[in-house]
Amino acid sequence: MTTATASVQSPITGEAVITMSHVEKWYDAFQALHDINMSVRKGERIVLCGPSGSGKSTLIRCINHLESYEKGEIRVGGILLGNQAKAIDAIRREVGMVFQQFNLFPHLTVLENCMLAPMRALGVGKTEAADRARSLLARVKILEQAEKYPIQLSGGQQQRVAIARALCMRPKIMLFDEPTSALDPEMVKEVLDTMISLAEEGMTMICVTHEMGFARQVADRVIFMASGAIVEEAHPGEFFTNPRHERTRKFLGEILRN
Amino acid sequence: MGSEEFVFLLIGLKWTVLLSAVGFVCGCLAGLGVALARTSGIPLLERITAIYIGIFQGTPLLMQLFVTYYGLALIGLKLDAWVAVAIGLTLHASAYLGEIWRGSIEAVPRGQTEAAKALSLKYVSRMKDVILPQAIGISLPATIGFLVQLIKGTSLASIVGFTELTRAGNIISNQIFQPLTVFGIVGALYFLMCCPLTIIGARLEQRFNAAHAR
Repeated sequence: MTTATASVQSPITGEAVITMSHVEKWYDAFQALHDINMSVRKGERIVLCGPSGSGKSTLIRCINHLESYEKGEIRVGGILLGNQAKAIDAIRREVGMVFQQFNLFPHLTVLENCMLAPMRALGVGKTEAADRARSLLARVKILEQAEKYPIQLSGGQQQRVAIARALCMRPKIMLFDEPTSALDPEMVKEVLDTMISLAEEGMTMICVTHEMGFARQVADRVIFMASGAIVEEAHPGEFFTNPRHERTRKFLGEILRN
Repeated sequence: MGSEEFVFLLIGLKWTVLLSAVGFVCGCLAGLGVALARTSGIPLLERITAIYIGIFQGTPLLMQLFVTYYGLALIGLKLDAWVAVAIGLTLHASAYLGEIWRGSIEAVPRGQTEAAKALSLKYVSRMKDVILPQAIGISLPATIGFLVQLIKGTSLASIVGFTELTRAGNIISNQIFQPLTVFGIVGALYFLMCCPLTIIGARLEQRFNAAHAR
């Protein structure tokens, strides 16, 4: 049995691409994040889990400034994330995000969904943006649906398009905010398979998910949050077999029972 | 009623169409500005536009036309009736359209803005490429409804001596003493302007909905 340490060393070594130090966030009087300290190295795959309302989504939404934070410091790719539009913009170009509700643009075709941001935010030409979109749609195995509108696709297909759309920006980091929670059970696997293949190619990923099979299979580290604070972080093997904290054990007991 | 009288009515109709067109086009441009300011997230700008909308929704169009015509003249701006009425209608339309579109912009799910932000799209692109195309679809019934109201509202321009369709009808009616015939024709002409709009509006709406719910 390994001794419990405050910070777990991942097998991945290398530069930290995301560092959060002493991050605190409030919604008025309610403190949503308590003294968050975390660092993610290049190529690392992190699974963030915890009960509903524990601050997981808030935490990853701070990384691309969909939420602001009041105290502490977040650096992404060496850039300090404050309130300056320039820094926010630079970071958002490097960080892709996939949402629980897909959030595809309903008035655009699948292909146009994927072409929009590279053209508008990166200044990529139309032909190149289309080529890029097609190759990434092929990669998530949905190229044949390129001319359809999002509403014509199943939830699983929509989520794969959302992944392709984010990848079209060629991000260095991908954030997944409960990507399979809104899906029918039979569609979860196709999305997880896409995420696994992305992980295998070395993408730096932070996934908020309750898919513990996914965590076991690809995560370098599992971080458990409760009440806005990081309670425990561990290698998946250790996290599942030997959780140190009572709250973690209770949580695992509840979700693994299913 | 002779052809001369009918031609007089048609000249009135021309002014009604022109007034409506100017009111709608300028009202749309200004209304977009109002809607964007109203949803800007900048408290001062939002408050100012809220007051602006409140004033124009809370007072009769007739009074607004009076104020732009006589009021601007009082402060030394002697405007042609045509220009004064066009300004009045523009202000009126911009407030109503601004409020209609504010509601439509806010009706677009927040996830759309978040996805656009996460994709590094800046404000102009977020609005132009993501939010407004969806908001337009949502706003179509109310926008077309308002346009029809505006066409009929131009009849109030007669109060400042502007000879549009209603006033033209009044003049002819006083000359030939056939009010029923004359106003019957005037009514039919209004109907011919408004009814196609309603139909076009319904078509556009269908097309927008089709794109979302195929």
